[in-house]
Amino acid sequence: MTPTPDHKRLTLVVVGHGMVGHRFVQAAIERGLTETYDVVVVGEECRPAYDRVALTSFFEVGAEELSLLPGGRYDDPRVRLVTGTEVTGLDPETRTVLLADGEVLDYDELVLATGATPFVPPIPGKDLPGCFVYRTIEDLEAIREAAAGATVGAVVGGGLLGLEAANALAQLGLETHVVEMAPRLMAVQVDDAGGAMLTRHIEKLGLTVHTGAATEAVLGETHVTGLALRGEEPIAAEVVVFSAGIRPRDALARAAGLDVAERGGVLVDEQCRSSDAHVWAIGECAAPAGRMYGLVAPGYSMAEVVVDALLGGPGAFTGADMSTKLKLLGVDVASFGDAHGTTEGALELVFADAVAGHYKKLVVKQNPDGDGTILLGGILVGDASAYGVLRPMVAADGTSGIELPANPEDLILPASRGAVEIGLPDEAVVCSCNNVTKGEILARVSTGSTDDERDDEPCSDATCVTRCSGAGSTCGSCKPTVKKIVEDHFASHGLIVDRSLCEHFGLTRQEIFDVVAVHGYTRFDDVIGAHGTGRGCDICKPVVASVLASQLGGHVLAPANRPLQDTNDAYLANIQKNGTYSVVPRIPGGEITAEKLIVIGEVARDFNLYTKITGGQRIDLFGARMEELPLIWRRLVDAGFESGHAYGKSLRTVKSCVGSTWCRYGVQDSTSLAIMLEERYRGLRSPHKLKGGVSGCARECAEARSKDFGVIATEKGWNLYVAGNGGASPVHARLLAGDLDTETLVRYLDRFLMYYIRTADRLQRTAPWVDGLDGGLDRVREVVVEDSLGLGSELEAAMDAHVDGYFDEWEATLEDPDKLARFVSFVNAPGTPDPHITFREERDQIAPADSDGPVVLGATIPVGAPTAAAAVAR
Amino acid sequence: MTTTSPTTDGDPTTYTMVCRLDQIEREGGVAALVGGAAVAVFRTYDDEVFALDNYDPCSRASVLARGIVGTRGDVPFVASPMHKQAFDLRTGHCLDDAAVRVTTYDVLVGDDGQVLVGGVRSSS
Repeated sequence: MTPTPDHKRLTLVVVGHGMVGHRFVQAAIERGLTETYDVVVVGEECRPAYDRVALTSFFEVGAEELSLLPGGRYDDPRVRLVTGTEVTGLDPETRTVLLADGEVLDYDELVLATGATPFVPPIPGKDLPGCFVYRTIEDLEAIREAAAGATVGAVVGGGLLGLEAANALAQLGLETHVVEMAPRLMAVQVDDAGGAMLTRHIEKLGLTVHTGAATEAVLGETHVTGLALRGEEPIAAEVVVFSAGIRPRDALARAAGLDVAERGGVLVDEQCRSSDAHVWAIGECAAPAGRMYGLVAPGYSMAEVVVDALLGGPGAFTGADMSTKLKLLGVDVASFGDAHGTTEGALELVFADAVAGHYKKLVVKQNPDGDGTILLGGILVGDASAYGVLRPMVAADGTSGIELPANPEDLILPASRGAVEIGLPDEAVVCSCNNVTKGEILARVSTGSTDDERDDEPCSDATCVTRCSGAGSTCGSCKPTVKKIVEDHFASHGLIVDRSLCEHFGLTRQEIFDVVAVHGYTRFDDVIGAHGTGRGCDICKPVVASVLASQLGGHVLAPANRPLQDTNDAYLANIQKNGTYSVVPRIPGGEITAEKLIVIGEVARDFNLYTKITGGQRIDLFGARMEELPLIWRRLVDAGFESGHAYGKSLRTVKSCVGSTWCRYGVQDSTSLAIMLEERYRGLRSPHKLKGGVSGCARECAEARSKDFGVIATEKGWNLYVAGNGGASPVHARLLAGDLDTETLVRYLDRFLMYYIRTADRLQRTAPWVDGLDGGLDRVREVVVEDSLGLGSELEAAMDAHVDGYFDEWEATLEDPDKLARFVSFVNAPGTPDPHITFREERDQIAPADSDGPVVLGATIPVGAPTAAAAVAR
Repeated sequence: MTTTSPTTDGDPTTYTMVCRLDQIEREGGVAALVGGAAVAVFRTYDDEVFALDNYDPCSRASVLARGIVGTRGDVPFVASPMHKQAFDLRTGHCLDDAAVRVTTYDVLVGDDGQVLVGGVRSSS
């Protein structure tokens, strides 16, 4: 445990690279254990540790997104990771382990983190092709393959994991049955009434639930054909997934003669040390005090305890908070503390709303030291929003808790969503995954690090606290509570987080959007007169202009709005470093005829413009003087082009591949869809620029997942991804909904874009907007797909109004002498080009020539004739 | 176009007629050629007019007339359309960088509604 006198380096072998093994290695590196030990981690799976808790999202996000070690190696060179290798033997006498490939590893200390294996009941037919378990990415890949040719699937087991598996089958498009032997679903976590509510929710989603049903056999000769149930009709199914509990993987320890618990698991003490002083066990393979823990949080605690013990620390594992909050098949379920009221003197407070599908139960008892009641535990089904407040109020030892208010039912009644007002003591554990207390969160925001040796800056917001303390970084269920604690802290110090737009408006962009909608304002003057001060600035004016454009349509250069427009919108072109502009005609989906290409070429040649292909599959023409813009556009409009809105905070392009029309891999016509979407959303003003993409197959050649909205073709329709972007902080778009027909896709996109336009901050792209919503992408899905706010038709109507009101801004400008009057070099010398603009030549095209100061012409004004400088340039 | 007219304090200054006041939008600007230099002429919400060099020293481009006009506190300003530095319309001082200033010009609106730009103002 301490360095040997001759400073020989010691070897620590970790068997298993799952979530807990990975956490152990991380903690070992962070706490300096690798100063003394070389660490060898041996993992059986072919890939490094991944987030098994989020396994259901594998179909959605893929293996890469789930990985906990995306680079495949630890930064610390003293850690060696071996994957795809099983450990087949352990000899505590010689302190060696044997690997499947024959290699023998010596160890000084050995940590077993072998996890658990799914329990498959010993029934006939359990090994038939078509039977699966639900544990690894490989399991899911096999299930996906089998589901491709199947229509019905059945899950044996209606616990937490069983419902996860059922979710997976339903996602794969199978008609899904859940078979549970107990009289209710999630028997460990919820009671009968909660289970019944859960069953109702799940059946509403089209799944069939069989509770109190014993599976007697898997039917089938050469392949699964169904399940035989005791006393019930058999279920026909081509895919069967066993998810009826897990068993600790303790075979290595058993074979080595180490003590194991009666019900399985390596028996360990409070330091997680086995019956051999140099062998430790953590996570699901361990049984501290004879009990096995099938959640990740206790496994993490054990990992920390062993690192501490190896460093000579006093850490001990004395049991774990088994509280759970999760979203199963879209249904919130939470269970915490003494959920079943087994404590002596426990009383239950129950609120049930069958219509809304909510079931909430608090288990309380008289406070032995006072008049009120204390919270022992509870169950929440359908609406678990109170979980973040309630769980920290439960004392870990179940005796002393925080005294509840006089009307504890307020905590679970629907009106009490804001019940976070109730003060938590500093020692209340807010994040149980990472064991972060309210006191630690407050320390982060007031003094920075809780570690005296590091003098970090104090955290400025909840996101920073999550990054620095880990609170909310694992399951995320406590994030709203963390945010609330941080905001309350700042508010109590008079540091209200100022979200005002600028000095003229004490409102956010969203609030401005709302006041404009409510009052029906059409002019900036009315908005600032009623809700602001002063005359506005370069921040609030473009915001109001964008909001007015989103709500009213109309021309951005209409007289009342013109002076509000930001640099590029003001001249319907993109200003470049020398004061000239670039011009981008719309080329929907990147599809263009030879005739139109020729027109672009001719315009570029005649006006001597620099041309470059953009990333959005169109052509940018640079170096146009402001007064040339109407002339250039006259030519382009006459040839059938329209504005590409490259200058606007608005839809840019919808990039596409050629899709099934040409490509031998394409499964849908991506080009037609891209053109349709680009023409639908063109001209739509938004808080930030918007980009889209459509790929005709999973090869994703259109890079749709790097866009604000991306559509990827499937055999059955379209998968819709949202909130991605390239740029400085690239983000992959995430799946909002899958296998949509075109009509549904457009409906969801209409809603998504309008919801974004209504509620995002100024210059906030879709990705940070989604991250900033309470509930994140799930919230977006609720609003857009499930229409939980009932806003769907309103959002669609707003988009229809945009589509109906669209017109080409440049064509309208060319028809209006007042608008054209502004496009002059000098108001008193419209024929004189700005002498300051000069060009040089580079690779046979023009490029801006640098200049050092203002160019002053001679004392006489050569009205009407190009200056010498300009003549040289052109 | 170029006239010599008495200024209010009697100094003979050359004034250039650039446009009618109603050719400048409220809280907008135009670029004018005055004595061979590009001058940005702005009109505020209260119909005051100001004239600055059109050249933005921060971005080295002749663009200030195209900026957004507004107020910071009581100071009328234009934000450069390039990188949004604010310039005090009255003095030409950059409000974001005390070391930067643009030249200001005398400007007035005649009785006939014509905007007249005079010479460079002495620094104040």
